[in-house]
Amino acid sequence: MAEEQKTIKVTIDNITIDVAPGTTILNAARQIGGDVTPPAMCYYSKLEGSGGKCRTCLVEVAAGSAADPRPMPKLVASCRTTVMDGMVVKNITSDRVIDARNGVVEFLLLNHPLDCPICDQAGECHLQDLGYEHGKEGTRYQFARRTFKKEDIGPYIQLHMTRCILCYRCTYVADQITNKRVHGVVDRGDHAAISTYISKAIDNDFSGNMIDVCPVGALTDKTFRFKNRVWFTKPVDAHRDCQTPGCCGKATLWLRGDEVFRVTARKDQWGEVQSFDGKPGWICNTCRFDKKKTSDWAIEGLTSIPRHSVIGANKYSQLVMPQETVQKVMNGMEPKKLMDIHSVSEVNKPGVHLSELNGPAHSDNFKK
Amino acid sequence: MGKKLLLDKAHIPGIRYYETYRKEGGYRSVEKALKMTPEAVVEEVKKSGLRGRGGAGFPTGMKWSFLAKPEGVPRYLVCNADESEPGTFKDRYLMEFIPHILIEGMIVSSFALGSNTSYIYIRGEYDWVADILEEAIIEARQKGWLGKNIQGSGFDCNIHVQRGAGAYICGEETALLESLEGKRGNPRIKPPFPAVKGLWGCPTVVNNVETLAAVVPIINDGGEAYAQIGVGKSTGTKLISACGNINKPGVYEIDMTISVEEFIFSDEYCGGIPNGKRLKACIPGGSSVPILPANLLLTTAKGEKRLMNYESLSDGGFATGTMMGSGGFIVLDEDQCIVKHTYTLARFYRHESCGQCSPCREGTGWMEKILKKIDSGKGEMSDIDLLWDIQRKIEGNTICPLGDAAAWPVAAAIRHFRDEFEWHVRNPELCLNQNYGLAHYADPIYVPEKV
Repeated sequence: MAEEQKTIKVTIDNITIDVAPGTTILNAARQIGGDVTPPAMCYYSKLEGSGGKCRTCLVEVAAGSAADPRPMPKLVASCRTTVMDGMVVKNITSDRVIDARNGVVEFLLLNHPLDCPICDQAGECHLQDLGYEHGKEGTRYQFARRTFKKEDIGPYIQLHMTRCILCYRCTYVADQITNKRVHGVVDRGDHAAISTYISKAIDNDFSGNMIDVCPVGALTDKTFRFKNRVWFTKPVDAHRDCQTPGCCGKATLWLRGDEVFRVTARKDQWGEVQSFDGKPGWICNTCRFDKKKTSDWAIEGLTSIPRHSVIGANKYSQLVMPQETVQKVMNGMEPKKLMDIHSVSEVNKPGVHLSELNGPAHSDNFKK
Repeated sequence: MGKKLLLDKAHIPGIRYYETYRKEGGYRSVEKALKMTPEAVVEEVKKSGLRGRGGAGFPTGMKWSFLAKPEGVPRYLVCNADESEPGTFKDRYLMEFIPHILIEGMIVSSFALGSNTSYIYIRGEYDWVADILEEAIIEARQKGWLGKNIQGSGFDCNIHVQRGAGAYICGEETALLESLEGKRGNPRIKPPFPAVKGLWGCPTVVNNVETLAAVVPIINDGGEAYAQIGVGKSTGTKLISACGNINKPGVYEIDMTISVEEFIFSDEYCGGIPNGKRLKACIPGGSSVPILPANLLLTTAKGEKRLMNYESLSDGGFATGTMMGSGGFIVLDEDQCIVKHTYTLARFYRHESCGQCSPCREGTGWMEKILKKIDSGKGEMSDIDLLWDIQRKIEGNTICPLGDAAAWPVAAAIRHFRDEFEWHVRNPELCLNQNYGLAHYADPIYVPEKV
């Protein structure tokens, strides 16, 4: 066809790829995949207008285009910059980018509570992944972290504003998927917060998708809170015939045994909601919060989890159990009876025999 | 005495009102422009070499020629009267005393750009100024300078005043447009630029009050005559709002050929520093431009006299120069403490950051806390390097220039006054007892051979 647009060439970290005109640098990098893909905390390809805010996806443009090969003076947000023919982009090959990204990650973690051990998002948190890849082991921040009071925003969703990184994704979800937005960002600067004008106001058929798009644990599922760690649950793909208009009915169930702990939309490899027939597969609140029995769903099979993900750490296919040898060696005795506190503890000294002590062991006994 | 173009009639009683303004030759430029074609007006502004007076100094004629002109889509002119930069109050003076010069300039500019609806976005704190402007608009409409078919030319134009709610960030042009649309004042991500997609998705030009007022003398006297005033690419006259430790604070119109030394010490302008104190430092363009110590302020690194214009003030880049900015001239004498001063500015930027992008949201608060720590005598040497590293990671990595504006004052203070920061760290007791830092920067001082 005559109007069929030719593709344009873009080089990212010395890898050249042909992409359609109008593609952003980030999406071009995602087509290449692997390490050259910049991380994105606020950009969400299914939400129009998102991106540009978190600045983790900054890249260096070494040559603007074949027609105008001047470099761009500033680092640009790759999620909001469209590629030009002959553009040369540097991501992980640029020291400037690495330096700026480390700075951004430090800024994002500055006021983050780092309460991962008690956070429901742990294990599937984008900020956690980002911290592993780019974060430092310590902080240079010596002041009290900013905290917010807990606020009730509705029956299904728990808001932990302290964890929020203000990516604005949830406001775009409310704008574009639900029929009206009742929450937004109030105040400004480092005390800006996600909130509702009228408390407990978020009550909408598709509001649950805000939980799925939240990159951190700021918005969590009240029906799943503190019930389980995500890596102990087994994700399976399932579908049901949902009558709610706009709901795709395809979801991921997070099981433990036969119990459904949580229902989420299906995610792709970038942590975004999968598309079905060209439409993002958002699910309604009925599917998400009310259908918590395996009998409500037709289960399709195990969800494929990326190899590096902690969620896949103890999943069931091809799981090799370690051989149990202790019992065999010790004539069938239970392992815990054999536990020798001298060999596992650095406090206790092997020279002190507990059986020779008169009465229960005390720290004074080991100080000799 | 330099030539005055904007404030030459400011002293006339009643110039605020239409009758006097008209008698003194007001609205001549509208009469003249309506007989020209819009393209000719733009050409005249291009010839004048007028540069944006809001801070960035971008050539106005060029900005106007970038405006997209698709068929059937309205175009808008927005006047940025959200003058919130600490130290800058030139626009307020202009709007308060001669509101009609802004209205006149806006009508001419609207005609040049083809905008039938133009807006003045004024900061909420300038409440009474907004009333003055609205009064002037009503007067102009009654006399047939606004509304349908202005003076029988067939051109329609209306001007509306919109009050902001008091946010520095709404002085950034895209945040201003968001606010004008009734949304939260968050800067937009560029591109697309307002010249292509601005107010309500239509092509828009956002100009400073002084820029639009300067269009009046350009049309009256011709662009070439305007370009004759000033030097090099700094043409025309500039309003400078001088404040701080000077004898005569106020708004001055300069023709950009005078030196900084003359501006501070001559009786015609600031009138020197009170109480016989010495000059320590100066911020020549509003709080966000880099601060300069006295020696670098009066002479450039090359040893030439520094002049009050765009090129000379930015001579030497940020290493030894600064910027013209919006003309908020803040003078600090030997009694002022740079650390305290920088802390005050950091507190301002922390308060005014919109919180949209992470480097600015978190970084401004962090810098403020560290500066507070140093100022209150609890600082460590490593804090100074940390501040430098933070500002480096904010600058250039944000959506809008507020991040840069927050980073530059801190960077410049450390660059030029590092030993004052170190003095604060070394003398925690002393720095709490005396509210001035080191005074040895004051002139005449040692000039480093190599900068």
